[in-house]
Amino acid sequence: MGLMDLFKRKNSGEIARDRLKLLLVSDRANCSPEVMEKIKNDIIQVISKYMEIDAEGLDIQITQTESEGNNGNVPALYANIPIKDMKHSADSQ
Amino acid sequence: MSEVIVITSGKGGVGKTTTTANVGTGLAQLDKKVVLIDTDIGLRNLDVVMGLENRIVYNLVDVVEGNCRMKQALIKDKRYPNLSLLPSAQTRDKTAVSPEQMIKLIDELREDFDYILLDCPAGIEQGFKNAIAGADRALVVTTPEVSAIRDADRIIGLLGANDVKNVELIVNRLRMDMVKRGDMMNINDVTDILAIELIGAVPDDEQIVISTNQGEPLVGSDCLAGQAYANICHRLLGEQVPFLDLEVKSSVWNKLKDIFKKN
Repeated sequence: MGLMDLFKRKNSGEIARDRLKLLLVSDRANCSPEVMEKIKNDIIQVISKYMEIDAEGLDIQITQTESEGNNGNVPALYANIPIKDMKHSADSQ
Repeated sequence: MSEVIVITSGKGGVGKTTTTANVGTGLAQLDKKVVLIDTDIGLRNLDVVMGLENRIVYNLVDVVEGNCRMKQALIKDKRYPNLSLLPSAQTRDKTAVSPEQMIKLIDELREDFDYILLDCPAGIEQGFKNAIAGADRALVVTTPEVSAIRDADRIIGLLGANDVKNVELIVNRLRMDMVKRGDMMNINDVTDILAIELIGAVPDDEQIVISTNQGEPLVGSDCLAGQAYANICHRLLGEQVPFLDLEVKSSVWNKLKDIFKKN
């Protein structure tokens, strides 16, 4: 390993630590893949009432986010929902 | 007052049995009356690590089922008069014993011993439930690897849910050369992530393999791992012992640093 590599990429110990921190947040939140799948389906149902979304491209995961004010990072549910078409209120009735 | 300590980890192969053997032997060296119980029914190992495999007549399941008295099943270690082993059964499975039976068995042992150490099987099923049922205190063993730490976190959660309040961490098999170059998580990383009190850090030491080959725990010997285990025993007794400096002294980097410090 050259000296330049040290600057370019994180070493594997840091990678392990960061991966674990994320992993344990979702483990501790007791979110199994099945639960996440249920949440995902429910989100699709709700949002679909108002707009047409790309259910295939929908991505949800539990991550961490900086909390305002108090102690550092808190778990957060992150959802990326691609919208295909904004329905007009008339369409949704 | 006797104390019942379960040594557990979730993941297999991180050093539960080696830790049980060394901590148990170390406590016996400190003149405590100690009994080690192998709770891994069907896959017994503590007897070979202790070098007592040739002396087994009865086992834990025999005691529970009333085929023999407790005294008949306990193997006294000839090297340490205060140390006994209750071996596990090799030909049965985890369902042969229930948590209630384990509690009863442990209560019987409390009368004669200061420390009762339970070597827990890997996993979170019946064997784990049996092992933690009667425990006052838990030592969670992990290595600085993603898989072992994840399992340790799960185990810590389960111990809390089962009212084992006093839970401490042993980080095993640290390789300081790898930590130094950033390719292994360090002790602080692991304790930060798991958020429980650290009671010991044991370096990866080839002496462990040699001692297991010979069936003689190395606690108290002058290798780093032997000292680390001895320190854990002192901390279990409530003494304040500073953590060992596990640094690799001879590295070029350290020599360079020393040169700069001098100037």
